[in-house]
This record gives sequence, structure tokens and C-alpha cells, in this order.
Amino acid sequence: MGEASINGEPAAAKAAPNGCSRRLTDDEFDRYSRQMIVPGMGKEGQLRLINSRVLIIGAGGLGCPAAQYIAGAGVGTIGIIDGDVVETSNLHRQVGHATARIGMKKVDSLITHLRGLNPLPTYVSHPFHINPQNAAEVISQYDLVMDCTDNPVTRYLISDICVLVCKPLVSAAAIQKSGQLTVLNCPPTPQGLVDGKYAPCYRCCFRKPPPPSSMVSCGEAGIMGSVVGLMGVAQAGEAIKILASALHIPSPPAAGDTPERNLQQPTLLIYTYDLESAVGPYSFRALKMGGRKRNCFACGENSTLTLAGIRAGEPDYVQFCSVPTSSVSLPPEERITAAAYHAAKQKGELPEHILLDTREKEHFSFGSIEGAVNVPFGKLLMKAAAIKRDVSPASEILPLESEKTDVPIFVVCRRGLDSQETVEKLKELGLDNGGKRRIVDIMGGMKAWKEEVDPTFPFI
Amino acid sequence: MSAATEAAAIPITVDFSGGLEMLFDNQRRHSVSLPAVDASGKPATIAFLIDHLCRTLMKDPRAELFVLDNHIRPGILVLINDADWELEGEEAYEIQPRDNILFVSTLHGG
Repeated sequence: MGEASINGEPAAAKAAPNGCSRRLTDDEFDRYSRQMIVPGMGKEGQLRLINSRVLIIGAGGLGCPAAQYIAGAGVGTIGIIDGDVVETSNLHRQVGHATARIGMKKVDSLITHLRGLNPLPTYVSHPFHINPQNAAEVISQYDLVMDCTDNPVTRYLISDICVLVCKPLVSAAAIQKSGQLTVLNCPPTPQGLVDGKYAPCYRCCFRKPPPPSSMVSCGEAGIMGSVVGLMGVAQAGEAIKILASALHIPSPPAAGDTPERNLQQPTLLIYTYDLESAVGPYSFRALKMGGRKRNCFACGENSTLTLAGIRAGEPDYVQFCSVPTSSVSLPPEERITAAAYHAAKQKGELPEHILLDTREKEHFSFGSIEGAVNVPFGKLLMKAAAIKRDVSPASEILPLESEKTDVPIFVVCRRGLDSQETVEKLKELGLDNGGKRRIVDIMGGMKAWKEEVDPTFPFI
Repeated sequence: MSAATEAAAIPITVDFSGGLEMLFDNQRRHSVSLPAVDASGKPATIAFLIDHLCRTLMKDPRAELFVLDNHIRPGILVLINDADWELEGEEAYEIQPRDNILFVSTLHGG
């Protein structure tokens, strides 16, 4: 990090060991008065926050709301790490940015916002993505880490580093209408200690990542701003609680205190709601999790995980999170580019055909190729399974005709993967009439359509 | 096995969260009447429940999003009455009347 990215006095002055007994300045006294009078907080808790250093990894949907409350509460040093720039589609949830700052580095945009809210903390900008080579150096500069990232590769990396450099980790995640939050490695305990009750790390709770095929990003599946915002705010709340009560300080093994002293019941908070109905079975749920696992890959008794290893590429996080998938690869004669489809249609060279669009109905509702019929991929698979089970005619899967069994079928989806699987599935059901009927994938989906044919197409 | 035990069923609730509800008709809570014993007469366990759900309740054919190699797929947490199943014996836990079993998919977005 460069000197220029630090505002105000040198960080060392703020982290002075006797800082816990100093007088508050008039500005601090006014600014933090409402939270200092809350039972349990007091001047002591406030000074602990002022003397603390928090690293927020990711300046997005979790990081923005989290950072606002971390800054507002007066945490003394706030580091933010993210390599992205602000985009318009971020703004419905990433409320620390602004329309006027689209195109700016997210870290700089967020720090601009936070300075306006509270100029007292030292803000440290790390305008790059965290990776195995830089993670330990950045994380070691802080007392507590907030995982506000959006992918499992980074989540496992962050947790492993936190175990090795003994930092508590407040982790949250959200997608569509669901969110999760959990406090890990708190109080921090050296790797390998297993006799006694210790807090779990990310790997203790989530031993293996889900297969990539089951994972979608907020960009693909969507996310409600309030859901991810709520999780980010809750993350800030947990971080403030830990710092104000000094739970982030590792208890020395030789001290009289047992580690259990500060051990909270490991908990996973989940939040879910329905947009479609007002009454669901629950919104918030606190789930009881286990503690540190003896055989944990990262923090367990025989762990071989080291900082040097991580820097050198061991373990391989990308490999760990991407079990090979069996992707369909269709022969060239079963595929057509979006541009070629469009050109043939314009010239009247395309015969009468069925055009299936397998995107979700929400995506379809914004626009589609003329004549397209919407059969969402999940529904299509369910129909296909029902046809196999009940031995009903395969043509039932097609929305329109069933008479003309030779009419070609074209399939388009969002980005060109589901459509290929659909082609395979339709052939499997015998809808290609033993090869007499053409079933064709439109390559690259509606994304390619926008790029090659219609730049004004409202692609989400 | 007597006719009485064969007919006996355990009433439980099964919840899905984190996107798994999609595989079960988009419904997050199901009341399930689980046979008290499996085909070989052993008491119903979580492993038996998972198999039962795949056979009777799952509407979506993408079973691999729920089970892999006959076990719950990686990235799904199983909670027995709001506690991680690892605290309760995992697949071998014997299901009790009125248990609540929650399957929740790990989230990564943010």
C-alpha cells in the first residue's frame, strides 16, 4: 500500500498501546455519544474501536453497507480491497457508490463516501483483487477481516489466511432472496490446537464447495438490494461487537483464562423471504454449528497448510472450487451463430421453424427474438422427465404444433450453455426423428444476439 | 415386519433454503409423513429421508443438485432441529416425530 493512500496522521500514532485510556476529543465525544451510552459500550468500548483496524474485502453489495456502519461507529483504521470499478448495475445494492462515480475504482468511490460520513478514521485503499500472493501481507495489517466477496475461491483463501495469521473473520453471502452470516475463528486460535473448544474456520463449516454447475453469481441469478444490504449491516454489527469487547485478541495459551472464556456458540444466521407471498415459514433463523474440527484441512491438528505454500500455489484454490463439469459440445452442423440465423431469416432462407427460448421468464419478459416461445430450462427438464416417466408423447414438450414433425427446432438461451443441453435433451426424447429433423443451437445465446445482431437488445 | 409397523409413519417438517426449494416445487416447507422404518426394517435415518425425498418429493429431475453418489452433495448443510447434523450423528441420526430437518445450500454471492 502506498503512503499516499493513508489520510491524516501515521497509523502508528493511532494504534498506540496506551490509546485505551486517553481522553476522547470533542469531535469524537459528540460523534459517538449515542452509541457510547449503550450499556456495554462506554468509553472503553469506543476507544477499542478507535484503536482497531478492520479489513473489508470486497466493496460491493455486502462491503458497502458494512463499511458505512464500520466507519460510522468510528473504527480507527479501515482498509478496503477490491479491484473492480463501479458500474450502473451495481447501484441498486452497492449504496456506498454513486451515479457520478460510475467508472471509478470501487475502493476509491467507497472511501469518498465514507470520508463524507466520518472523516476521523484512517482509510486505506487496496485497489486490486486479493489473491494467494498478496493475501497474507494485506490481512496481517489488520485486527479483523470481513469477507464481503462473491465467490468460493476467494472465500476459502481468505479463511485459510485468517487461520494462519490468527485473525477473526466475519463472513457473509447473499443471492436472490437469501442471505447467510457467520463469525469464524473468533477468538482466533493458532492452527493445530484441537484439545478443547475452539471456534471453527470456514472449512470446518463448509468443508467442500458446491459443484460449479450449482453455483450462480448475483450477475446471473439476481439479488435483492435489501437482502444483501441486511447481511452487510449484520456483518458490521458482529465486527463492532467483537472489537468493542476485545474478542479479536488471541488469548495467550499460557494464560489462566481458558479459550472457552470468549467462545460464542458458533452460529450460522440465514435470512430468506418470498417476493411472491407475504407469509413464509421464517425469515431469520439462527443455526447451531459445530466448533473447530480435529481433521480440518486448514486449522486441524495435522494441517499442512502454510503461508509459504499458499503463496507458491498450494493448495490450488481454483482447482479446488472447479470440479470438472461434463459440458455438452455439439457438432458444427447442430449449431448456428446468432448473426447467421439473423441473416438467413432476413433473406427468407430459413424454413418454417420453432424457436425455443429457454431463459427464465423474468429475462424473457424484457424482450426476445421475434417468434420465440419461452420454455424456461428448469421447466423443460421437468417436462422431459415427466415424458420419460409417463411415456407420454415427446411432442408435449414443444409448446406449439405436434403435427409437423419435420419442422426444424432452433434453441436459444441466455449465454449459450442451456441451449446446447436442450438440443441434447430433445434428441434424447427422439424429437429429431432419427436425424430427419434438424435441432439447432443458436451459439452464445441472447448475449451473442446483442453483440452480433441487435446492440439495443435489453440483455440482462 | 408386522402390518402395524409397516404402516407407522413419523410426522416431520422438511425445509429447503438457499435455492434448494427450486428443486421441490418452489416450496420452502413441506410436511412429510416418513415411513418409520426402511425396507430392511431399520429405523428411519437422515440417509433414508434423503432417499425418500428424492423418490417422492423432488419435482425437478436435476437430482445431482441435491445428491451425488447417494450422499448429500457438497455445499449443502443439513440441520436437525436447527443444529448442524455433525452435532447429531449425520446420516445415521434416527428421525424422531416432529423433527425439523433443514437443507440449506451454501451461498457465495455478495
